[in-house]
Amino acid sequence: MSTPLLAFQNIAFRYQPRNGQVLRQLALEIEAGTVTAILGPNGVGKTTLLHLALGWLKPESGQVFLDGKPLGSYSRHELGQWMGLVPQSEHMPFDYSVLEYVLLGRTPYLKPLEMPGEQDCLIAQQALDQVGLGGLERRAITKLSGGERQLVLLARALAQRPKLLLLDEPTSHLDLSNKSRLLGLIQKLVGQGVTILLTTHEPEVAATIATHLVLMERGHIYHTGPLDQVLTTERLTVTYGVPVQVVGLGKRRVILWG
Amino acid sequence: MFLSPDRLASDQLAQRLVLNLRLPRVLAAALLGMSLASAGSVLQMMFGNPLVEPGFLGVSQGAAFGAAVSIILLGNSAWLVQSSAIVFAFVGLALSYLIARRARFGGMVLRLVLAGIAISALFSAGVGVLKYLADPLRQLPDLTYWLLGALSSITWAHVRAILPLVVVGLVVMYLMRWRLNLLSLDDATAFSLGIAPGRERTILLVAAVAATSAVISVSGIVGWVGLIVPHFARRLFGVDTRYNLPASMLMGGLFTVACDDLARTLLAGELPLGVLTALLGALFFIGLMVTQNVRVQR
Repeated sequence: MSTPLLAFQNIAFRYQPRNGQVLRQLALEIEAGTVTAILGPNGVGKTTLLHLALGWLKPESGQVFLDGKPLGSYSRHELGQWMGLVPQSEHMPFDYSVLEYVLLGRTPYLKPLEMPGEQDCLIAQQALDQVGLGGLERRAITKLSGGERQLVLLARALAQRPKLLLLDEPTSHLDLSNKSRLLGLIQKLVGQGVTILLTTHEPEVAATIATHLVLMERGHIYHTGPLDQVLTTERLTVTYGVPVQVVGLGKRRVILWG
Repeated sequence: MFLSPDRLASDQLAQRLVLNLRLPRVLAAALLGMSLASAGSVLQMMFGNPLVEPGFLGVSQGAAFGAAVSIILLGNSAWLVQSSAIVFAFVGLALSYLIARRARFGGMVLRLVLAGIAISALFSAGVGVLKYLADPLRQLPDLTYWLLGALSSITWAHVRAILPLVVVGLVVMYLMRWRLNLLSLDDATAFSLGIAPGRERTILLVAAVAATSAVISVSGIVGWVGLIVPHFARRLFGVDTRYNLPASMLMGGLFTVACDDLARTLLAGELPLGVLTALLGALFFIGLMVTQNVRVQR
C-alpha cells in the first residue's frame, strides 16, 4: 500500500497544560486524491484536527506525517506550498480589494522580503475566476456578502496551489447556489489531483462530495472509512446523540433528523 | 522670517542659522513624522484596528515616565532624559508583552491591547506622582514642555544621537511591508500562508518601538500623527501595506514638517508641536468621521 498523504499517529493534544485533552489517541490516514469529511458535534476537536494537520498546533504526543515525512521536517514555506487553509470565517477590518486579498495566497512562494510579481497576480486572478468571482477584483472585501467572502478565502487558498486543501466549515455561509457551486468546484479540484480534508456540520454535504468520512466524538474518532460504510443511520445516531436516519433517494442519500 | 537664497549665499549668519538651527530641526521633524506614521500603520495592521497608534502598548507613557524620572530624580541633562525615555518605552513594551503572554484568555492581539492599556495607566500614574514631587519653578516647566512635545531645542547632536535607531527601525518596517499584510490575519491563517506570525510580529513591534521611542525621546509626546496619517494614506493609496507603509512614511514626514513650521511661525511665541498635531489631527479625524465611515469592528 502507498504512503498516505497525511497521517496522524497516536495524537494527543491539549490547549493549556492544566486543561483537559482535546484529542487523545487519535490515529487517521488520508490517501491522496480523496475527499475526507470530518463530521461531529460542536466542540469535539474538528478545527483542532485541521490546525494540527497544518502544523500550527503541535501535538502533546504523537506525530503528524505529510507524504511520509514528519511535519517538523518541512519549512514553513514548504508547508504553505503543500497545504492551503480556508478558515470558517475571518475578521476583515480593512478595505482590501478582492485581488489584493487573494494575492496574499502567493506568500509561500516569495522570499522573506520579496514582493509578489506579475506571475503571482496572474495566478491570483485565475484563482478568482475558478471560484466564480472574476470581475470583482477591485471590490472592497468589506463590501462583499458572507458567501462571497468565503469564496474569496477559498480563492486565496487556491492561489497557494496546494496539494492538500483544508476546509473548515466551507459551506456554513453559503446559499444553495453557492453551495452547489462550491461542491462542484471541490469535485473539479479532486480531478486535478488535489486532496481535500474538510469539516462540516452538514451530513448532506459529506454525503454529496466525500469519498471518506470521519465521525468524531469528544476527542477521538468514533468511526472512519469509505463513505458508504460510515454514513449509516446507526452511526450518525450515536455520533450526534439524537435520532438520525439515512435514507437512500435514487443515487443520493438524504439525512433526516428529529 | 523668510530668507532669499541670495542672502543665504552671502550672509554668514543666515548660513549658520539655516544649517545649525533650521536644518536639524526640519530633519528631526521629518524623522519624527516618518517614524510615528509608519509605526502607526504597523500597529494598526497588526491589531486589526484602525484606531491604534504607536504610543500604544505602554510605549508613549513609558517614555514620558522615563523622561520624568530623569528630569526630576536623575538630573536634567539632555542625553540622560533621552536614554531614560527610550529605555522606559521599551520597558513599557516588554511589560505589556509579558503580561499579555501570561494572560489566559482570548488571542494574543486582544491580550496585548488590554495589557497596553493597563501599563499605560500605570506609567501615567507614575508621571502624575513625579509631577506632584517636581519643583514647580525649575523642574515642572521642563517636564510639562516635554510632555507637550516640541522640537524647538533640537540640535545636530540630537539628530546624530537618534539617527541609528530611527534608521534601523524605518528600514526594517519598509523591508517587511509585504509581510505586514499577513499579520492583519488570524495567526493560524498567517501560519498557513508560510509565515511565522509570532516572530515576525515581534520583529516589527521592536522596529516600530525603536523608531518611535528614539524620536519621542527628543521631541516629547507628539500625538495623533501615527493615528491619522495611516488613515489618509489608506484612503489615497489603499490598504495594501506594500504601498500604504511608504505612503504613510512620506505623508507623516511632510505633515510633521509642515506642522512644525506652523508651530514655529504661527504665533509670536512658539507653540508646542504636540498641541498643533493634536489640534489638526483631531480636526482631520472628525472630518473623516463625518465624510466617510471609519471602520471599527474589533
